[in-house]
Amino acid sequence: MQQLKPVDVVIAGGGFVGLTLAKEITARASLSVVVLERGQPRKLADYATGMDELDYSLRFRMMQNLAEETATHRHSARASAVPIRQYGSFNPGTGVGGAGEHWGGISYRFYPEAFHLATFLRDKFGQRLSGDLAVQDWGVTYEDIEPYYWRAEQLIGVGGKAGNLQGKRVDGGNVFEGPRSHEYPNPPHKTTYATSVFEKAAHELGYHPYPVPTATLSRAYTNPDGVSRAGCAYCGYCTRYGCMIGAKAQPTNVLMPVLAKHKNFTLRTGCSVRRVVHRDGKAEGLTYLDASGTETLQPASIVIVASWTLNNARLLLLSKVGEPYDPAAGKGTVGRNLTHQVSQATRVFLDKPLNAFMGAGGLGIGISDFDGKEGLDASPGVLRGGNIRLMSTGEGPIASFGMIPPGETPSDWGSDFKKAALAWHDRVASISTEAEHMAYRQNFLDLDPTYTDKHGDPLMRLTLDWTEHERAQGAMLTKVHAQIAKAMNGRAAPPNSRQLERYTVTQYQSTHVNGGAIMGSSPDRSVVNPWLQHWQVPNLWVAGGSAFPQNGSGNPTLTILALTLRSADALIDRYLKHPGGLV
Amino acid sequence: MKRREFLTLPVESLGGVLLYTLAGEPVRLQAQAQSGEIRVPLRFFTAAEARVVQAACERIIPKDSSGPGATEAGVVIYIDHQLAGPYGSDKYRFTQPPFVESVPEHGYQGKQTPREIYREGVRQLTNFIDLGPEQQDQRLRAIETSIFFRLLRQHTIEGMFSDPMHGGNAGLIGWQLIGYPGPLMSYRDEIDKSPGQPFRRKPVSLAQVVGHPVSGWEDEK
Repeated sequence: MQQLKPVDVVIAGGGFVGLTLAKEITARASLSVVVLERGQPRKLADYATGMDELDYSLRFRMMQNLAEETATHRHSARASAVPIRQYGSFNPGTGVGGAGEHWGGISYRFYPEAFHLATFLRDKFGQRLSGDLAVQDWGVTYEDIEPYYWRAEQLIGVGGKAGNLQGKRVDGGNVFEGPRSHEYPNPPHKTTYATSVFEKAAHELGYHPYPVPTATLSRAYTNPDGVSRAGCAYCGYCTRYGCMIGAKAQPTNVLMPVLAKHKNFTLRTGCSVRRVVHRDGKAEGLTYLDASGTETLQPASIVIVASWTLNNARLLLLSKVGEPYDPAAGKGTVGRNLTHQVSQATRVFLDKPLNAFMGAGGLGIGISDFDGKEGLDASPGVLRGGNIRLMSTGEGPIASFGMIPPGETPSDWGSDFKKAALAWHDRVASISTEAEHMAYRQNFLDLDPTYTDKHGDPLMRLTLDWTEHERAQGAMLTKVHAQIAKAMNGRAAPPNSRQLERYTVTQYQSTHVNGGAIMGSSPDRSVVNPWLQHWQVPNLWVAGGSAFPQNGSGNPTLTILALTLRSADALIDRYLKHPGGLV
Repeated sequence: MKRREFLTLPVESLGGVLLYTLAGEPVRLQAQAQSGEIRVPLRFFTAAEARVVQAACERIIPKDSSGPGATEAGVVIYIDHQLAGPYGSDKYRFTQPPFVESVPEHGYQGKQTPREIYREGVRQLTNFIDLGPEQQDQRLRAIETSIFFRLLRQHTIEGMFSDPMHGGNAGLIGWQLIGYPGPLMSYRDEIDKSPGQPFRRKPVSLAQVVGHPVSGWEDEK
């Protein structure tokens, strides 16, 4: 094994989390920082020729190559798992910037009570809560994290309209959100015909529509680091693509310009991290295969694991750091509280053309009248709700062809089908929902006993299925979809009712998979403390969506960034002065 | 060495400009009067296989009173390129054994690559090109739920509406059909203008937008 000279900090993963930590540390401390990224470097010029739906949206050109590494799935611990052989209910990224390059830019905050959800639900429902529920408090409060939300919003330039400014309700924003210390750094996006029809219908029904918060810039913007980016051009090549003008916040256009100026920062691409090397409660470095395939040890004083959710938990399990979760005994921590999100979409067929090829990943109007703790359907015992929104993200010509109202033609091919598809083309919008996903004892991660990655290491195994609660959430929210669709004078096609019967890996839901290395206030039930520092190995930090004890209803990236900035402060301002476990 | 196979097509069968009659019926015109044949070198199919695939795609998206179909878009050429490239050999699919049949929620778990699925599927469509359209539809209806037919349907739509660098959508005929303008770089001035009115203009390809030749993933070394 090739052994390199020790550095101060080594980071696994060159996405939003790893590069944000690297930026904070290199700018504020005179430490040497090495980031190891398995994929390739990227630059803005790559993205103009990437405006191709086939290669990028249908063949997943920016994503992890599943031939080399995937995950396996089973519905319960009694079943045997099979590999997710092709995409897929979620889209892990690879390359510099990770999934932060191909995301859509939607930048919600989570609700205040979401951070102490276990306490909140116990107070409200007491003994009526299911014994399978594994919901936990995060160990941080909304008040703790609010300044970091604000920093994250400035970093990536979020546009929107506040609905709660310092406790004062502001109509036109999300009036159900937690208090904001500041108005958004940027105004909302422009609207489209489809979003304006949705907004009008929601208003008429007495709901409270607001512009979806977005990091696809609504105007030219310079962030506090002095990084300037152009405003969005609404080209529609957004989610699953990189932005050719840098309007969508991506690690390559927000973080790399700052990092490139720091001599104490090194980025090594083509490097697949294999293990955290540790002894006697101390991390010593990371081993990886470099671009030439040479097994390499990078010793470091501080080790940070900052890859995508599943890869964080997997690296800990492969490295035998901490105790693997055992669902039968309810013991152990690594792999527990795997969550996804409750995604449902109702198609609405409208009477006029939408020009749906125009748009941005974060362009949309939402309502939260049935989100968080609001408007819940008490009869089936819905604990938490979800947002409802209509997005104009930019439809490609391939994926948008053939969306016709149910029952319109008996077949999905042939002349009748073609005529119906052409008649309805560009008149279809989608009302969609993402609802909070509770953590359950039976949904967890461990290493697969059968299938391996290209290096021979076991794949991550997801044991995950929906429960009555998610079905009740879905039923509550899709009922509102139908009501709004009717008010839009549209014909509605409800989501496939089987979708929440059994977890389905073949249908894209979102890349909002979380948990497995969760944060919390007790080392018995969490992997990292509220600063994302490992409970048992204080010079090891594990950051990212893996830290979420359960999932919120909004898209998770902004919360991940806020937790990361808070973690950076703790590491730089406290840990470096007094290395050891933070309390 | 394998003999190079070609698909021979009448020039006027591909691409063209769509015009609409007063009754709203599309009429396909060639930019200039062309005749004769072109020989398209095949990358994966034999000429006989290509003719079967072309005929089947034409039943999925047929030429009819609503406009041109899969043949005019050159869909078979698109499929040939995809199968010859990394997609066709499953370079991006997890293909480690054991291959275990599972529940529908786990999707296709088989061992066969798209190339193998096509080769076998086409072999079973014996005498297909000699049949009339109705008999062809019957044959396809019988295999409608097979993995081969589901791929064929998906690939026909892809070949109609993907950028022409991938071999289909000849003369941007598919994009003309649905009124898609191509991957334009900005709608900043148009997105909130004239709500409910169609934005339609003569489509452009990605190569035309960026001003230099571009190639698909299937052509990368």
